[in-house]
Amino acid sequence: MTREIKHHLTDELLLAYATGDLPEAFNLVVATHVSLCDECRARLEAFEAVGGAVLDEIGEATLSGGSFAATMGSIRAAGKTPIVPATPPRRTGLFPAPLRDYVGGDLDAVRWRGLGGGVRQAILPTSREAKVRLLYIPAGAALPDHGHSGLEMTQVLQGAFGDDGIRFGPGDIEIATEDTHHTPVAEEGVDCICLAATDAPLKFKALLPRMAQPFLRI
Amino acid sequence: MLTGIGSTDRSDVPPQAPVYGALQSGVRADMWADKAGGVVVDLDWVEQLRRVRDAQDEEAFEALFAHFAPRVKGFLMRSGASDVMAEECAQEVMATVWHKAHLFDPARASVATWVFTIARNRKIDALRRQRRPEPEDLGWGPEPEPDQADALELQQESERLVEALRQLPPKQRDLIERAFFGDLTHTEIAAATGLPLGTIKSRIRLALERLRKEMS
Repeated sequence: MTREIKHHLTDELLLAYATGDLPEAFNLVVATHVSLCDECRARLEAFEAVGGAVLDEIGEATLSGGSFAATMGSIRAAGKTPIVPATPPRRTGLFPAPLRDYVGGDLDAVRWRGLGGGVRQAILPTSREAKVRLLYIPAGAALPDHGHSGLEMTQVLQGAFGDDGIRFGPGDIEIATEDTHHTPVAEEGVDCICLAATDAPLKFKALLPRMAQPFLRI
Repeated sequence: MLTGIGSTDRSDVPPQAPVYGALQSGVRADMWADKAGGVVVDLDWVEQLRRVRDAQDEEAFEALFAHFAPRVKGFLMRSGASDVMAEECAQEVMATVWHKAHLFDPARASVATWVFTIARNRKIDALRRQRRPEPEDLGWGPEPEPDQADALELQQESERLVEALRQLPPKQRDLIERAFFGDLTHTEIAAATGLPLGTIKSRIRLALERLRKEMS
């Protein structure tokens, strides 16, 4: 299932996710990629093992009196909890569980807005430090040429796009930094669906998209 | 004094129920030294957590609580929580340990690591008031049990990692700790990626492959 992924998360992003330091929008992209990619999941869990070692070595704080009794009390009050995975693996559909949670369903639940040229987007609700959106790029179409002042992560969910001669297929993630000016072009064949997060507004080079920016919230 | 993994005479350790047989043979999930320096208590956290899962064993849970709750509280306070909030969150984290014991996979994480991830998520929720998107579970549910040899290797490797962290020069160790308390900027964090994690990563990778095979 995860064998064909060629483009992975960086150590820095995985460690920042492990420590809980990323904005929510990036967390969603990392969680989505890790759901699809066992290689990155293993790297993430190795970083989390460092967190476990830190916890084991940390100084103990003094608990308040009756701390254990209070905890047992709340456990008993909650009763027997049903044994189900917190985020069960998807059996059908396109979106991994964390993305499904934010969309409120799978592909058919997305509320798209047109960006022109058949390109569509749907911004997902997260905290404001960074933004995450689903992008729908018809087969063969291009996203407007853009640069950005911060970090951009683009996770391919369906189809594929090429960017500067590099192919990003299903499961792949592209990490672009601020000096990247790029024009992702969807491959012919299947329409391309991506999850993209940015920590600063995208800057489009062409005049028209720039004027449209405030309205489209890109 | 702590003794090396697998080289310790276990005659001083009280017998435990013969579950996770492979883990009985020498893994030191945790050790407490007495004042004279000898190992007096060797609680196998994997086994304690299994008892909580299978038998809602309150004694086993109390042992887990005594070890982890003060550390979770310390972690939250170092991360910026007040005493009151850290106490409340630590209790919630431990209640989650009880309720989600069936999701713990000893072939992929030590109990300390698993408790850390719960504490981290609670911290994001409480201190930053944000949702924390998590990867989907590859939950094996109550059955099948993970491979015992896998679990043993992973627990031993986790112990080696704790040892490696102890042996780091204080400056580097401090950097790593602060990364996990949320005290570092993203550039500083890059410096903390230097720990030798290749072996533990490979072990987790194998456990994931096995899990995928069982799921299909």
